Amino acid sequence: MSKLPPYATTGQRIWHYSFLVICGLIFFFLIFPIIVIVPLSFNAQPYFTFTPEMLALDPAGFSTEHYQKFFNDADWQRALWNSISIAPMATFLAVSLGTLAAVGLSQSHVPFRGTIMALLISPMIVPLIISATGMYFFYSQIGIQGTYWGVVLAHTVLGIPFVIITVTATLVGFDHSLTRAAANMGAGPVRTFFKIQMPLILPGVISGGLFAFITSFDEVVVTKFVGSASQTTLPWRMFTGLREQISPTILAVATILVGISIALLTVLELLRRRSERLRGITPS
Amino acid sequence: MSDATANGPVLAADGTPLKKSLQRSLRHKKFRALMLIAPLLAFVLVTFVAPIGAMLLRSVENQIVPDTLPRTVVALADWDATSGELPDEAAFAALAADLAEAFDNKTHVKLAIRLNYESPGMTSLFKKTGKAAARRFDPDQPYRQQFIDLRPEWGEVEIWQLLKTYSSRYTNGYFVNAIDMQKTPDGLVMKPDGQRVYMASMLRTLGLTLVITLLCLTIGYPIAFLLANLPMSKANLLMILVLLPFWTSLLVRTSAWKVLLQQQGVVNDVLVWLGVLADDSRLELINNQTGTIITMTHILLPFMILPLYSVMKGIPPYYVRAAKSLGATNWTAFWRVYFPQSIPGIGAGAILVFILSVGYYITPELVGGRSGKFISNWIADFVLKSPNWGLAAALGAILLALVMVLYVLYDKIVGIDNVKLG
Repeated sequence: MSKLPPYATTGQRIWHYSFLVICGLIFFFLIFPIIVIVPLSFNAQPYFTFTPEMLALDPAGFSTEHYQKFFNDADWQRALWNSISIAPMATFLAVSLGTLAAVGLSQSHVPFRGTIMALLISPMIVPLIISATGMYFFYSQIGIQGTYWGVVLAHTVLGIPFVIITVTATLVGFDHSLTRAAANMGAGPVRTFFKIQMPLILPGVISGGLFAFITSFDEVVVTKFVGSASQTTLPWRMFTGLREQISPTILAVATILVGISIALLTVLELLRRRSERLRGITPS
Repeated sequence: MSDATANGPVLAADGTPLKKSLQRSLRHKKFRALMLIAPLLAFVLVTFVAPIGAMLLRSVENQIVPDTLPRTVVALADWDATSGELPDEAAFAALAADLAEAFDNKTHVKLAIRLNYESPGMTSLFKKTGKAAARRFDPDQPYRQQFIDLRPEWGEVEIWQLLKTYSSRYTNGYFVNAIDMQKTPDGLVMKPDGQRVYMASMLRTLGLTLVITLLCLTIGYPIAFLLANLPMSKANLLMILVLLPFWTSLLVRTSAWKVLLQQQGVVNDVLVWLGVLADDSRLELINNQTGTIITMTHILLPFMILPLYSVMKGIPPYYVRAAKSLGATNWTAFWRVYFPQSIPGIGAGAILVFILSVGYYITPELVGGRSGKFISNWIADFVLKSPNWGLAAALGAILLALVMVLYVLYDKIVGIDNVKLG
């Protein structure tokens, strides 16, 4: 939004400032629900609104009770543990298979490239409820419904489109003469990949991995269909909690998850800055 | 080199013709690329494509009736369902034999459940008759009379018509049901008014999705415009306000809205405090369509802003300047020059939001109540709560077809390769 020129008419001034106010309100709408749960999660009362003590910033109005409940409750802890054991495995599988395929896809002569690409991206597009229903039927038939590996495989396939998209995007700017030079100097394809190509496309691989991780870590629908009660993950536990008796512990969990998203966002932002710096573009 | 061209084809270092050698190297390259893709392709085929196929198959599969009642199916083949008369004695005898066997194998319960989808009351009819068939049908008496004595329903033509309709191995019955029609011997007819739930739900899903898409567009457009026209450093800072919700867990955002929109929640509290509302007339913002619309607009807004932003970023500023210098007002310059150039972004964002929204399950389930229920919630209920897998699969197939049409459209407008994240 360029600055108002000095010769702007009153009407233009009013329009300019009301536009900024409208944008401010929309930003408020975007960020308010996420910010507001943070103080609410420290509420000493089991209510979901600000108590008079909280508004007066009286320390008695705040407590970490709901956090203690989260860390001492066996159900929540099992859910947390399940999430922590499923998401990294799914991320690892998605990143290794996805990066390999993305390297293949970005070569110059790939037959049926469009079709393959559309197929690999489709888990992102097909509604989760349909994937979940299909997986529920098929995984039961092959006997992995309700197992750890069933959930991991399902999460892997949901994360793959993100890895493919980010890694192929990074490979667009990759100079293939570097791999030829490495081969020329006697490096085998595997060594060339790990020593030359991998370090250069690493930012894309990491951000693809973060997407795959968050997809798995957040996923409820497929987990609910493919998993059994012993695979209850954190979001699944939240879902159950929200549907039955909503307890303030959920707000404490939500706040912790917001913290995790801020950490992930920071990592991504740092990666983006790094790649911009390497390309010689600095934010003006 | 000139010698080689004079004496024949150009040769590569190992003595083969260059053309052949190049072709071989190209083949080799293609093969290597495919080998790199192959593991993932196989993985996706097994863990994703096969399940979708399994679901589609289940939407037309009807093995239970012919498998459980093989003799009856054969006996009914020649019976004219439109004649209005009961089938002959042979059909009754076949049914008695089939049911006796089914009862021994315990398969009559599955059959009863399957037929109960089509006509309520079949469960008890088949369970009772199956039990009787296993014990006390007298082979010397006419079977027809014994059946009718046992349960008078067996004297009704409709039951037999139903059996004949569902005697084939594959059926379009679930799809017919999913579009609120029913099969009769005279062809397809609409169900009675009170029972047309699925099409109504599908239309409501589409309606709500359209409202959400339009809302996202209306409030996403100014934000994308602002971000695209601010200097980079400021835009990057404000971008965080868009990206943080994008990266925050869906469940977190849904629970936040669930808490905020309650009758005793923050939004109602603020409105009461401001004096807009009286304390006893707090708004019902949750567990209805309003809840679904507000929450899903918030959740999907980043998916509208990001593609719009990337298109607007590429619009050169001098067209608008040129229009203004030629005498256009701000509005004309925007509407006639800037807006048409941003339409690809509108297309990309709107289709993306529509595709994501039409299949939503979690949010409508948690904040939608009864009136904000999407078609996905029906599918989930038919898989987990009151199993009717065939109907769930048929509803899923219809939804999938809709999404696929939009996916192809998206591919044509934006191109799958051009999808950007973050």
